[in-house]
Amino acid sequence: MGRMTFVVHRILMLVPVAIGVTIIVFFMIHLIPGDPARTILGIHATPRAVAILHRQWGLNQPLVSQYWLFMDRLVHGNLGQSLFYGAPAASLILTRVPATLWLVGYAAVLAIVISVPLAMIAASRKDGIRDHLVRAIPLLGLGMPSFWLGILLIYALAINTHLFPVSGYGTGFGGHLHAMFLPALTVAIALAPVVIRSLRASMLNVLGAEYITTARAKGVPARRLFARHVLRNAVIPAVTVLGINIGFLIGGTVVIENVFAIPGIGQLMINSILQRDFPVVQGVTLVFGVLVVLVNLLADLSYAALDPRVRFDR
Amino acid sequence: MSAISVPEPVLDAAQEEHATPRPARRWYRQPALLAGGILLLIIVGLAAAAPLLTSYNPIAQNINATLLNPSARHLLGTDQLGRDTFTRLLYGLRTDLRIAFVAVLLPFCIGTALGSLAGYFGGWVDAVIMRLVDIVVAFPFYVLIIALVFVLGPGERSIYIAITLVGWVSYARIIRGEILVAKRQDYVLAARSGGLSPLRIIGRHLLPNVIAQAIIYAMSDIVQDILAIVTLGYFGLGVPPPTPDLGSMINDGQNFLTTHWQLTTFPGLAVVVVGLALSLIGDGLADLIRPGQS
Repeated sequence: MGRMTFVVHRILMLVPVAIGVTIIVFFMIHLIPGDPARTILGIHATPRAVAILHRQWGLNQPLVSQYWLFMDRLVHGNLGQSLFYGAPAASLILTRVPATLWLVGYAAVLAIVISVPLAMIAASRKDGIRDHLVRAIPLLGLGMPSFWLGILLIYALAINTHLFPVSGYGTGFGGHLHAMFLPALTVAIALAPVVIRSLRASMLNVLGAEYITTARAKGVPARRLFARHVLRNAVIPAVTVLGINIGFLIGGTVVIENVFAIPGIGQLMINSILQRDFPVVQGVTLVFGVLVVLVNLLADLSYAALDPRVRFDR
Repeated sequence: MSAISVPEPVLDAAQEEHATPRPARRWYRQPALLAGGILLLIIVGLAAAAPLLTSYNPIAQNINATLLNPSARHLLGTDQLGRDTFTRLLYGLRTDLRIAFVAVLLPFCIGTALGSLAGYFGGWVDAVIMRLVDIVVAFPFYVLIIALVFVLGPGERSIYIAITLVGWVSYARIIRGEILVAKRQDYVLAARSGGLSPLRIIGRHLLPNVIAQAIIYAMSDIVQDILAIVTLGYFGLGVPPPTPDLGSMINDGQNFLTTHWQLTTFPGLAVVVVGLALSLIGDGLADLIRPGQS
C-alpha cells in the first residue's frame, strides 16, 4: 500500500472516532441525575431559567433530534453559552488553548531531554548498578501524584529560592519559557518513567542488532556508536511512546495547570466544574478529545513522512 | 466433566528452547515480588489496623489544638481543624485503598469479557468493540474521569462508574491481543473440533492461558486508580469531607505549605509508597509469568 493510500486511510478512520467523541460528549448531559437543567442551575433554577435550558438543549424532544440539534450547533462552532460568564463557551475555550498547547509542547521536550540520557546510561551497561538505578525510577515515578510533585517543586524552587515564579504563564517567548518551566517539568517527570522504560528496551533491542556488531567489529568507538547508530534507531520508538501517551500528557496538564494557575483549558475546566458551568465543561471535554485525536493523526502522518517503512497494515 | 479429553498445550520449538534453562520461577525467589508483597502487606496492615494504632478520631475537630507541630502526642502534628494528621493519613489510606481495590474489579471483568469476544470472534464483533475502545481512548484519562464524576455528582459511587467506563479499554486491548495469538494454537483447534461451545473454549481454555497479562496490568491499573482518586480528592470531587482522603489532605495542607510542610508532604509520600509496592509486585509477577523478558 502506497504512502498516499495510508494518509487517506488514516484520515478516513478518523470519521467514526470523531462521531463517537461527539456522541459521548453529547451524552454527558443525560448522565446527570434527575432533571439536568434543574440540577445544573441549582439554586438559580427558576421555572423560567429551566424552561430556557430545556428549549436550548431540546430536552423534550427525542434523543436523535437532540443529538441532531447538538451537532447542528457544533458544526457552526457553537458550544453553547457559558452559564457563569454569559459568553459563548467556544470563544472562552479558544482564548485558553495557546497556554495549554505551550505546556504540552514544553513538557514533551523536557520529557525527551530527561529520558534519552537516562535510558542511554541504563542501556549501555545492562544489569549494571546504573541500569538498576535508572530502572528504579519508574517504580517511584508511576505512583507519584503529579500535583503533589508540583506543590513540592513550588515550595523548593519558587518559594524558598525564588528561582521561578510560583504561578502564572509569563509574557513573551522568554517569559513563557521561564514561568512555565516548573509546570512543564512536573508534567515531564510524570511522563518520564513511561518513556525511559520503553526507550531502554528499544535501545537494548538495537544494541543486539547485527549492524551494531558489525560497527563494533569495525572498531567504532562506543560514544560514536551510541550517537550515530543506537540513538537514531531508538528515537523513533521513543516518539511512538510519546505519541501513545499523548492522552496522558494532555490529561496531565489539566491537573498541573490548576496547581500553577496557568490560564489554559485545564484550569477553565476545573473552574467551570466548581461553578457548575455545564456548557463550558462539555465544550472543554470535546476540545480535549479532538486535540488528542488530531495530535495522534499528526504523529502517525509525520511517521509516514519520516520512516519509509511505515505502512498501513491491518 | 466433559467427555472429550483435550491435549495439553503444545509447546512450540521456541518455547521449548526457553524452557530448558528455566530461571527461578518460585515466587519467593523473586526479590521484586517479595519486596512489593511485604511492603503492600505493611501498608494494608497499617490502614486496616488504624483504629488500634491511634486513639484519635480522624474527623473530630479540636479548635484548641490547630496546626500543631509534630510531637510525641501528634506524630505528624495536627491540621487546620485540629485533627491528628497521622490518624487522618491512616484512615485516608484506608478510604483510598478500599476504593481503588474495588474500582479495579469491574473494568477488569468487563474489559476481559469484551476483549475475549473481540479476539475470538473477530469480524463485526471485533470492529464494534475496538471502535468503542478507540473512542474512549480519544479522551485524556483524567479529563474523562473528571468530567464523568462532575456530571454524576461527587462521591464514591460516581468514582466507581467513571473508572469502569474509562478503565475497561486497556484490559480489552490486552486480552484481545493475547487471544488473537492464542486462538491459533492446536489446543484450541482440538477443543473446537471436539465440539465445545465458543464460550466454553474462551472460558476454560483460552482465558486461563492469557489472563496473566491482564493481572499484571491490573497492578499498574490500581496505581493509576489511586492516583485518579487522590486527584479527584484534590479537586474536591472525591469522597466528600470530612471523610479523610489523601487528595483532600494534600489540598488542605497546600495553604500552610510554608509553615507546615508536613501536612502536604506525607499524604503524597504515602501514595508514592503504595505505588512503589504495587509496581514491584507487577514487575515481579511479569518476571515470574514470562521469564526472560524484562
